[in-house]
Amino acid sequence: MSTWVLLTITGLGLGAMYFLVASGLSLIYGLMGVLNFAHGALITVGAYAAWWFGDQIGGGAWQRLLVGGLFGLVVGAVVAALIELVLIRPLYRRPIEQVLVTVGLALALGALVQGIWGHDAKPFPVPAWMIDTTSVFGANVPNDRFVEIGVAAAVLLGLTGFLRYTRFGLVIRAGVENRAMVSALGIDVRRAFTIVFALGGALAALAGVLSGVYFGVVDPGRGTSLLIFAFIVVVIGGFGSIGGSAVAAVAVGLIQQYANYYASSGTGDLAVVLLLAGVLLVRPEGLAPKVTH
Amino acid sequence: MSAALSVDDLHVYLGESHVLQGISFDVPADGVTALLGRNGVGKTTTLRALMGLVPRSRGGIMLAGDDVTRLPTHAVVRRGVGYVPEDRDVFAGLTVEENLRLAERDADPRYDLVYELFPELRQRAAQRAGTLSGGQQQMVAIARALLNRNQVLLVDEPTKGLAPLLVTEVAAALERAAELTTILLVEQNLPVVQRLARDVVVLDGGQVVHRGPADELLSDSEHVRRLLGVHGGTH
Repeated sequence: MSTWVLLTITGLGLGAMYFLVASGLSLIYGLMGVLNFAHGALITVGAYAAWWFGDQIGGGAWQRLLVGGLFGLVVGAVVAALIELVLIRPLYRRPIEQVLVTVGLALALGALVQGIWGHDAKPFPVPAWMIDTTSVFGANVPNDRFVEIGVAAAVLLGLTGFLRYTRFGLVIRAGVENRAMVSALGIDVRRAFTIVFALGGALAALAGVLSGVYFGVVDPGRGTSLLIFAFIVVVIGGFGSIGGSAVAAVAVGLIQQYANYYASSGTGDLAVVLLLAGVLLVRPEGLAPKVTH
Repeated sequence: MSAALSVDDLHVYLGESHVLQGISFDVPADGVTALLGRNGVGKTTTLRALMGLVPRSRGGIMLAGDDVTRLPTHAVVRRGVGYVPEDRDVFAGLTVEENLRLAERDADPRYDLVYELFPELRQRAAQRAGTLSGGQQQMVAIARALLNRNQVLLVDEPTKGLAPLLVTEVAAALERAAELTTILLVEQNLPVVQRLARDVVVLDGGQVVHRGPADELLSDSEHVRRLLGVHGGTH
């Protein structure tokens, strides 16, 4: 029982990070039709910005994590907004070029991070309380798992409220369905594009910061590995659906953990791919597809 | 009479196809001008080009004397152009109330007018637009355009696929709207055209082949048959 509890909570923590990355990806694709392969680089940039700024300000681990993390979020949002304004905007209606640009950008940003800070992982400031464990039904669960789950739940609620109750959320929901018609109502949908990109960048950076806490280090390859699973989450959940992404992220995180423990180590990734294949066979449009045009 | 909308030598390509080959016409202020023609002659493309929804390769578009040719879609709309698309294009996942709220541009949107014309929309405010019937969706699409005080409404086949009773209701709503604003109407239903339109512009092969008073054209069944490929006989 205690092992199952530990696996479940750890899987939920992993799912929380997948959700943070996938929600931004999903909104960006749903609204703009852009497959942003540079999203993983934003995870890395956010994590390194948080680590670097925390290192500069010094102080206790809490201070370095919170202030550095906030800085990482801002950097993630700003870099994402700049990517949209400078690189993506001139390429709307040119999907092949978009893919090439975002793939190239992912490689370039990854190389830039490695060029500045090297290949080796850097120790991330993790407060002692987060490393400590709390006993849940006999399982000693690291406290950081609760933080990751809590942050993702708060983001889910916040995003849902934003999309449901604000004018801007209304524009985004409508734009996911039919962005040409949103323009035909006199709304400058390009502004929504920039804001959604910035929001996605901030969420990716938040995932980067939390992955630093989860793994205890930041490394240049983290963004890429998280991005692969986030893409799977988005496909399973349905492009453009935040709720679908949340459900799929939890499923992927849990299945990975269970398969790695109950089958054999390393089968978690295989199990996730099998889940993806199964969903694509049964529901090719994902669990909660966006409403078609 | 001054023109609310002027189109001058407008060319549009869709892929390799030269759909609009230099069309020119004026839409007089107030009243309804009908844009007619056989299927596939470029009527919908004309409206989409006026909205900036398809790229215009050449030509000019003037709205009450202002050049709007190079403006993006949202800017054209903000100059006072309302659009009711052919396929209604309501946001299926949003409620009726959200569809209308999204369309608000004026400080005091005309909900009184909209609910006077389509009282059913008030009752269905909380219903998702995707669950409405085709006729109800058409009401939402027209209501979105009427909510603001536009200079011109571009209305694309509003009665297409509707039951006769709904056709009458939609025509009545457009008749009322025409008292408030200028309408450029694409419509295949000739009795509706006859009821609403003061002027007609006929397209064929991507070019304007006829312009003039609606009565004059519609009363000449041979002319109607030759230009539109249908039997007129509305008189």
